[in-house]
Amino acid sequence: MAARWDAELARTSTIRISAPEGQMAAQSEAVLEVLRTTPGIASARVMSEAEQRKLLEPWFGPDLPLDTLPVPRLIEVLEEGRGPDAAGLKLRLSAEAPGAVLDDHTRWRRPLVNAATRLRILGAVSILLIAGSTAAMITLAAQSALAANGQVIGVLRLIGARDVYIARAFVRRFTLRALVGACVGTVLAMIGVLFMPAAAEEGAFLTGLGFKGWHWILPFLIPPLAAFVAFWATRWAAFRTLSRLS
Amino acid sequence: MFVCDARKDAKRGIKQKAGQSLIELKNAGFTYGGRDILSEMTLRLQPGSFHFLTGPSGSGKTTLLNLCYQALLPTTGMVRIFEQDVRAMTRDDIAKMRRRIGVVHQNCQFLDHLSVRDNLALPLSVSGREDDIHPSNLDDLLGWVGLTERGEALPPELSGGERQRAALARAIIMSPDLILADEPTGNVDWEMAQRLMALLVELNKMGKTILIATHDLNLIRTVKSEVSARVLRINNTKLQLAGADL
Repeated sequence: MAARWDAELARTSTIRISAPEGQMAAQSEAVLEVLRTTPGIASARVMSEAEQRKLLEPWFGPDLPLDTLPVPRLIEVLEEGRGPDAAGLKLRLSAEAPGAVLDDHTRWRRPLVNAATRLRILGAVSILLIAGSTAAMITLAAQSALAANGQVIGVLRLIGARDVYIARAFVRRFTLRALVGACVGTVLAMIGVLFMPAAAEEGAFLTGLGFKGWHWILPFLIPPLAAFVAFWATRWAAFRTLSRLS
Repeated sequence: MFVCDARKDAKRGIKQKAGQSLIELKNAGFTYGGRDILSEMTLRLQPGSFHFLTGPSGSGKTTLLNLCYQALLPTTGMVRIFEQDVRAMTRDDIAKMRRRIGVVHQNCQFLDHLSVRDNLALPLSVSGREDDIHPSNLDDLLGWVGLTERGEALPPELSGGERQRAALARAIIMSPDLILADEPTGNVDWEMAQRLMALLVELNKMGKTILIATHDLNLIRTVKSEVSARVLRINNTKLQLAGADL
């Protein structure tokens, strides 16, 4: 999501023109001319009044008389490649159109990307915590199961069973349970994600918590990961408990 | 035939181990809760020998048997099993050693959720010899201990005598070098006790080394009339050779 936010916001920038009514058209034309000759700009267009009204609608309501208000004109710029040299573009704009201000979204893109990066770290820590708590629960369950089967273990030892033989029975059972449980949980979670309400197209890059394309494969890693954790947690608990029961 | 296999195996075992001791105790002692249970125990069990261990209840017979298969470690002195010092044994060594010793407990430890037949096959399973589990061998063994009709029964469904005979069958399925029996006739009537002793005498005639802990002197006298057996007595924590009255 952090990458998507960064990419989506980095591809666009906005030029805001605040000028007296008589100069607005001339400065707009000058800005468009500057943009046409600037490398790294794919396209640029002046936003219509209807589009600007739509942008302001959430704050001022649907009947905003734009023509009577000193609303700056907005030019939407779509970038290509590595984008334009922002510092150079600002200098050229100040020379050609003094009322034009370039907003390359850096100011509010950075905290968003930082937040998304932290969300990513939080996600990784959550996975580690879930794996750790799963291992702890399985360890406790395995220890309880071993303690409850003390008599069975005694009989098996009497007839010459090695610890690895005894542990194998518990490891197999707990690994299988973890695998089946994780499979069921993953399928249910994926169904939940599949039926999550879709966000509006224009805001999707800010939300968009579903999976896209090959990302649907990622949840399938959960069951083998759970089985792996269960295998080693049970094995560790079994050998530890068996060494105490000697 | 299983019994024939055991006979051949036992004869081969005697040849291989001539002059060696299966069990050797040298000034071994065991203290529990600050009280001497056994002290200065010196004993050598030669291959093919038949020993009785007697003494009053609580004299330490079971403790001595436990020392003989490393269920307990001596607190003083030395115990060697199959020429190996018990203190130097790893957990795997202990498991391998126990596959060579058949133990018949007074309270016959079984896995109650498995049938008698499965319980008999268990020592082969835990030692990785599943290929040796043949129904005909199990039938042969069940027939030998008179439990042909009880193979599919669960251990709790067996009478005391049947459990003792099943325990004896399980003890010998691995064709062990040594059989340790702790009060094997403790829960059965005189007729069943004689049947069990007859089975043990038969095993000894096949070359198996037998050590039986019992306080039943009449039974010892009966067996001594059939086989050359040494009678050891635990008296005041020490081991003595029993007198001519036995």
